[in-house]
Amino acid sequence: MELPDIWFIAIAVLWTGYFVLEGFDFGVGVLLPFIGRDDTDRRVMINAIGPVWDGNEVWLITAAGAMFAAFPAWYASTFSGFYLPLLLILLALIVRGVAFEYRGKGDTDRWRAWWDRAIVAGSTVPAVLWGVVFGNIVRGVPMDADGIVTGTVPDLLNPYALLGGLTTLALFTLHGAVFLTLKTSGPVRTRARTAALRASAVAVPAGAVFLAWTQYAYGAGWTLPVAAAAAAALPVGARLAAAGREGWSFAATMAAIGATAVTLFGALYPAVLPSTTDPAFDLTVASASSAPYALTVISWVAVVFLPIVVAYQAWSYWVFRRRVSREQIDPAPAYGDSAAGGTGGSAGAGGTGAAAAQQAPPPGPADA
Amino acid sequence: MEALDLARWQFGITTIYHFLFVPLTIGLSVIVASLQTAWYRTGKYRYLRATKFFGKLFLINFAMGVVTGIVQEFQFGMNWSEYSRFVGDVFGAPLAMEALLAFFLESTFIGLWIFGWDRLPRRVHLACIWAAAIGTNLSAYFILAANAWMRHPVGFTRDPETGQARLTDIWAVLSNTQAWSTYLHVVAAAFITAGMFVAAVSAYKLWSSRRERPADGAQDEAPAAGTPAGRERELFRTTLRAGMVVTLIAGVLAVYSGDHQAKLAAAYEPMKLAAAEAHWETEEGAPFSTFAVGDTDERLNVIDVNVPHVLSFLATGTVDGTVQGMNDLQEQYTELYGQGDYVPDVFVLYWSFRLMIGLGMAAVAVSALGLWLTRKRRLPRGGWFYYAAVLALPSALAANILGWILTEMGRQPWTVHGELLTAASVSPGVGLGQVAFSLTLFTLVYGVLAVVEGALLWRYIKAGPSHVVPDREDEDEPDSDAPVPAFVY
Ligand code: HDD
Ligand code: HEM
Ligand code: HEM
Repeated sequence: MELPDIWFIAIAVLWTGYFVLEGFDFGVGVLLPFIGRDDTDRRVMINAIGPVWDGNEVWLITAAGAMFAAFPAWYASTFSGFYLPLLLILLALIVRGVAFEYRGKGDTDRWRAWWDRAIVAGSTVPAVLWGVVFGNIVRGVPMDADGIVTGTVPDLLNPYALLGGLTTLALFTLHGAVFLTLKTSGPVRTRARTAALRASAVAVPAGAVFLAWTQYAYGAGWTLPVAAAAAAALPVGARLAAAGREGWSFAATMAAIGATAVTLFGALYPAVLPSTTDPAFDLTVASASSAPYALTVISWVAVVFLPIVVAYQAWSYWVFRRRVSREQIDPAPAYGDSAAGGTGGSAGAGGTGAAAAQQAPPPGPADA
Repeated sequence: MEALDLARWQFGITTIYHFLFVPLTIGLSVIVASLQTAWYRTGKYRYLRATKFFGKLFLINFAMGVVTGIVQEFQFGMNWSEYSRFVGDVFGAPLAMEALLAFFLESTFIGLWIFGWDRLPRRVHLACIWAAAIGTNLSAYFILAANAWMRHPVGFTRDPETGQARLTDIWAVLSNTQAWSTYLHVVAAAFITAGMFVAAVSAYKLWSSRRERPADGAQDEAPAAGTPAGRERELFRTTLRAGMVVTLIAGVLAVYSGDHQAKLAAAYEPMKLAAAEAHWETEEGAPFSTFAVGDTDERLNVIDVNVPHVLSFLATGTVDGTVQGMNDLQEQYTELYGQGDYVPDVFVLYWSFRLMIGLGMAAVAVSALGLWLTRKRRLPRGGWFYYAAVLALPSALAANILGWILTEMGRQPWTVHGELLTAASVSPGVGLGQVAFSLTLFTLVYGVLAVVEGALLWRYIKAGPSHVVPDREDEDEPDSDAPVPAFVY
């Protein structure tokens, strides 16, 4: 196996890590209006992913950076070729990231309602579009001999890729619901269990058809058991969630998403971006890669640092292993002020003093 | 109008926007970590309040830095695909390292810091904010090494078949003189800005709390020590001085490294320096221009107010050194690279150079003055000092932006100096309509977010520290081990 092949695998691993991790925080965002009946519920949900979503997103940044470094031609053709979907994903990620941080910092219902919408849209759009993008990558796009994608938006909206979009949306929603059963308690947990069942009603058939299609049209011999495992893990995950075996259920949805991603990358190999114009124009692992020296350099960096990253990310999940419940959420956002700003012109002296006197020390959101 | 023009506008706009938040993140992460260290060491409640108050402002800013950064990374492939194809081998390595070494560190530990106040032992929790601060400051190195390579490409060859750049020596790329010099300068500028942010916020709070206004309409009086307002003033006096100390020290470093930057520009990008000086003809003992009105068609200056020999000193380190002029360089470049216009926008460069220095050093000067005025527990009475301190913040931010405009527009018409033209870097498959669409959307979303972020910062600044951590009377007593409430969403 040559270095470019190893880097193809490394990039597959990074994308898989991204989908497995950010998949559940997308799912939580999608489910926000369905499971979060009131503001406290929604805050339970957001706080369940609060400490980790940013770290999850860095898997995307690393995956894209690794593509740039290891396969410049792949990165260049894909990112310019999927200009509009990527633009929408970027805008979604922008409003979503800001929404998590800013939502609790205002104190009107309207303020929070707007940011809730941003979280829902910001999670749904990428959950769908990643499936559409990867469906098209596997399927191939119209591309000329210089690696310039000549297709237009309608080319991207073919049935296979659209099914891919539905599949990732349903998978991530299921994954997010299961995550909530595992990480919250009280009404959110109960409702998340129901939501997991409902999501699986779409995820199981959509995933099965999408995986079968992928395997039939593009798959390799060895991807068959992987695709089958992915398709099988889905109903198992849903069943386990219903039975209250939440940890195992989460492991099953993780496995399903991971195996789906592996199937897609397996179906793609040895191309990285097939051309539907002429197979001779395919970008392949061999033709798109950087030279051996650059690959060696980033290999050393990855070998040394990726395990360290995984270790401290795992530790952060361990630190926040307890369930989040309504009781831990202060009735009003702990630091979103209301009274103080408004004390005439001199918020400084009188305003803050008075407000401080009114405000009992915020009860710690600790697991009491 | 071509897709190229809009792609340039988009890159400039989104990068400048990203860089409004970046300097604050770089500097504030360290300042907040230092405040928390002070609390950890002394146990004084005042430092905890300062940590949480500025920590909150830091986080409001940080969120914007993160989300606008992803755009930057994607944009290379989306809008500059030919550039990406050409440089990926070299440029991708530091970018991937940045993600793996720095972004993971900083995003994971910031999450631990935000949510870990009541879950982690204090020592470990303190280590988290330091890890995040180190990650942030490290990330700047990698991206600047990548950017420095574009100005002074080293450690590569060109593939004879494809013409692509091929990395041959990663250490040369990472230890590029241009890289560490730029790093020092940018980090110095970031600390000037972050220090000024802390000082400006503190100055505003001190000014607006200078009098107590009793409800019964009695005479206004200065808040007495020992009252809640008095304690708050004490807190902000401390942070005012701390911020100004940071700005002053960083200011010295910025001048030192800026001088070095000019020397490197003279060596590697003489055209940039010449344009920044509106220096048309090659000269020995060249003067530094302080004010010029030029005629770029005739290629000469109509009015020019000079300080003799200073430019030679800045560029070469000797008062009589030779500084090449634009007209000669244009000839040389035409011979080397073929027909073309190799002179960047002289007007923009000339004024961004002067304004960068002027506006940035104005912030440093305000700090120096402020430290003198607040010596020995004094506080100035007149309003002008507080106004100046608040105004110095936008001034420092503008200096950062103008510095980048100088750097990037000065490199034009190249993206990689001497190797790849900007016009040859753009994505051929991305049409005018698409770029126009994305530019419009980015501008709209960024505009709305700027207003929201500004309003939030303003509101938290007005509300003051009591809204983040309640006031307490015995604030200088080392505090008990009562848990400190977390930041929650
Ligand atoms: C508060 C901000 C600030 C201040 C006070 C200064 N600078 Fe600066 N300067 C920057 C903020 C900045 C910057 C935004 O950070 C830049 C953009 C890219 C870079 O390397 O730093 C920059 C770039 C930059 C460049 C262009 C480098 C290149 O393109 O290769 C030069 C020559 C200088 N600076 C020189 C100076 C000198 C001689 C200064 C003072 C005497 C000075 N700067 C003060
Ligand atoms: C690393 C790859 C980079 C590429 C390919 C790149 C390319 C470009 C291009 C093509 C432009 C438009 C130039 C013009 O309109 O004159 C530009 C402008 C600019 N870039 Fe860079 N740049 C890079 C890195 C950076 C970095 C790291 C920064 C720092 C934050 C930066 C800051 C800017 C700024 C502030 C402008 C605006 C100048 C202007 O057009 O007014 N760039 N860049
Ligand atoms: C045009 C080139 C640039 C690219 C591709 C880029 C990339 C990124 C990315 C992907 C992020 C988000 C990281 C996250 O989610 O945690 C980010 C944030 C950030 N970048 Fe940039 N950036 C650029 C310019 C710069 C420059 C020139 C600096 C410093 C001098 C810088 C320093 C930072 C900092 C401090 C943050 C915010 C916090 C963080 O580290 O996440 N960036 N950037």
